[in-house]
Amino acid sequence: MLRPLALLASLALAVPASAELAVRVAWLEQSVEQPPILSNLDPVPGDLGLAGARLGLADDAKTGRFLGHAYALDAHVVPPGGDFLAAARAALAQTPLLVAKAPAETLLALADLPEAQGALILNASAQDDALRGEACRANLLHAIPSYAMRADALSQFLTVRRWTDVALVEGTHPGDRAFAAALRRSFHKFGLRVRADETWEWNADIRRDAGRETPLFTQGFAAHDVMVVADEAGDFARYMMFNTWRPAIMAGSEGLSPIAWSPALEQWGAAQLQSRFEALAGRDMRAEDYAAWAAVRALGEAATRTGAADADALRAYLLSDAFELAGFKGRPMTFRPWNGQLRQPMPLVHPRALVALTPLEGFLHPRSDLDTLGQDEGESGCRAFARD
Amino acid sequence: MRLALCLALLASPAFADEIWVTNEKDDTISVIDVATLEVTRTIPTGERPRGLTFSHDFSRLYICASDSDAVQVMDPVSGEILHDLPSGEDPEQFVLHPDDRRLYIANEDDAIATVVDVETRRVIAQIDVGIEPEGMAVSPDGRIAITTSETTNMAHWIDTETETLFANTLVDSRPRHAEFAQAGSQLWVSSEIGGTVTVFAVDDQRELAKIRFAIPNIHRDRIQPVGFEFSADEKTVFVALGPANHLAVVNAETFEVEDYILVGRRVWHMAFSPDRKLLFTTNGVSGDVTVIDVGRREAIKTIKVGRFPWGAAARPTSGG
Repeated sequence: MLRPLALLASLALAVPASAELAVRVAWLEQSVEQPPILSNLDPVPGDLGLAGARLGLADDAKTGRFLGHAYALDAHVVPPGGDFLAAARAALAQTPLLVAKAPAETLLALADLPEAQGALILNASAQDDALRGEACRANLLHAIPSYAMRADALSQFLTVRRWTDVALVEGTHPGDRAFAAALRRSFHKFGLRVRADETWEWNADIRRDAGRETPLFTQGFAAHDVMVVADEAGDFARYMMFNTWRPAIMAGSEGLSPIAWSPALEQWGAAQLQSRFEALAGRDMRAEDYAAWAAVRALGEAATRTGAADADALRAYLLSDAFELAGFKGRPMTFRPWNGQLRQPMPLVHPRALVALTPLEGFLHPRSDLDTLGQDEGESGCRAFARD
Repeated sequence: MRLALCLALLASPAFADEIWVTNEKDDTISVIDVATLEVTRTIPTGERPRGLTFSHDFSRLYICASDSDAVQVMDPVSGEILHDLPSGEDPEQFVLHPDDRRLYIANEDDAIATVVDVETRRVIAQIDVGIEPEGMAVSPDGRIAITTSETTNMAHWIDTETETLFANTLVDSRPRHAEFAQAGSQLWVSSEIGGTVTVFAVDDQRELAKIRFAIPNIHRDRIQPVGFEFSADEKTVFVALGPANHLAVVNAETFEVEDYILVGRRVWHMAFSPDRKLLFTTNGVSGDVTVIDVGRREAIKTIKVGRFPWGAAARPTSGG
């Protein structure tokens, strides 16, 4: 029954005269020079990540409208060679809530700024395992999965398929090296055998000559079930596919890829997120966009549930058992309280379909099977999150 | 002569009660005969059919053809599409008002609820709601309509006289389905990712209870309440738990879970047979329908239907 009086009171609640809570989020990005790559097929979008943050803010704002909460996003994009820390100080003067896209060492410099003590920074791009280990910072949470989470996702799949013998090829960029190192650790953890471990160094134009160079390069590899490539910029592995000496399944940066997000995801309501993103950005949603979306949504979810906009209250809620984020990957996502990493299912995809969603059945964990992906509490060297 | 007529009627396939199931990824409806528990007809629909409901006299079937951006109106006897209703974009689920005329439709991609008059075939109102509206319900007296928004995590309360929102209540993550209960004094809302069902008092929107679920050897992350239905006496609620592949049987008075029933994979929605003795669940991933004996609380049969069965609705044809 609708009594007139009750209706009147509710209407006042539904349409507040002024915002009762203002949540201001700063997007802080250090642009870096992209390493040159051979293919022109898929240029890196200029708004990679930022577009995801914008969608997250639109989602937050929609919820806020019904609660009298106002959301704003300020974008600070620092060109290569620019003064990132000056931009960071300017952003921190406006809000303690930052979502950052920057290399690991830049993130650490940001987190260590005197002005950033008491701030809450969400990392939306750097996958470095050290940031979740010894180099962790209490004011730095991670929305993007680590290299270790991606590597473990792939290892679980190879283990279940019994494709136990691996040939590893890495490029020479720092990201290639870091991913390859995480892959080696993961293969060891899961008992997979590395039958070849080689570095691809550019000394020819493989686009012209892939047919000749790749068979020679891979001819000496011991027999293996799968060739895993660490080629994070998408530079060389695409030309190796189907050109190997032996018939080889390719996985890693190319082929069967463990990745936080892909246009191939459709289940679990993902199609709705994809279409909202496409309408906003005019392109497909990538892993970096997803991480930025998740970061802004996590802040919004915490503000919605707590009615607070200060960094301490939001951080405490994000790291608590009460927090959960519906991330369109079939299960609630939460933060690891020992290093601030966002727990999440990891899809294994190829460009045209989802192959599997990890963790896979049978990989057990006393807390949550999501913690079979990436650094677990016992192996993380992170001490900055010491809990009472 | 009378005997012969009876026999003839019994032999007629149109005589038995039916369960109609939309197959989201096959663009069809499977019609299940309640007496034989077999699929008797497969009827083509628009693209990505999800919600479905009959008019009060069962002479019309309304179908949310999500990717056709239309609500289709079908003659259930012939299986022919009679016409489309203007539905707004991407209609996912809807509810028919007690006046048998107003359809309240959730437009999933548009953050809008659309109200359509099925007789004039006109849009009466469009109401801004949260992101990804899905669950739709209307109170028995017709005065309140509800839509739940999956990403905004709210139940939005619509005054059906003015077609405007009069309240918004936060619920746990990804609210999926809503139903009024106890003569319209309670609103029940399921939260898929939150893993809960919340019961609200309708008069002041306060939370009366929150129901949680636990099944041995299934992590709580995978226990995801989606569709649910009340027994005829409203004393028992059957809740589909999605990828946990079980139904929960909940006591609607004590809010305690009494039983779990194993069904097919990713159980989604359900419908009772008209006599409420059997319950039919749509199992999205396994592409089948599980038949539950309501009295014994046991699964008695699995019926293969199309790909990704989504919604279910009963069509009584016997005795009436």
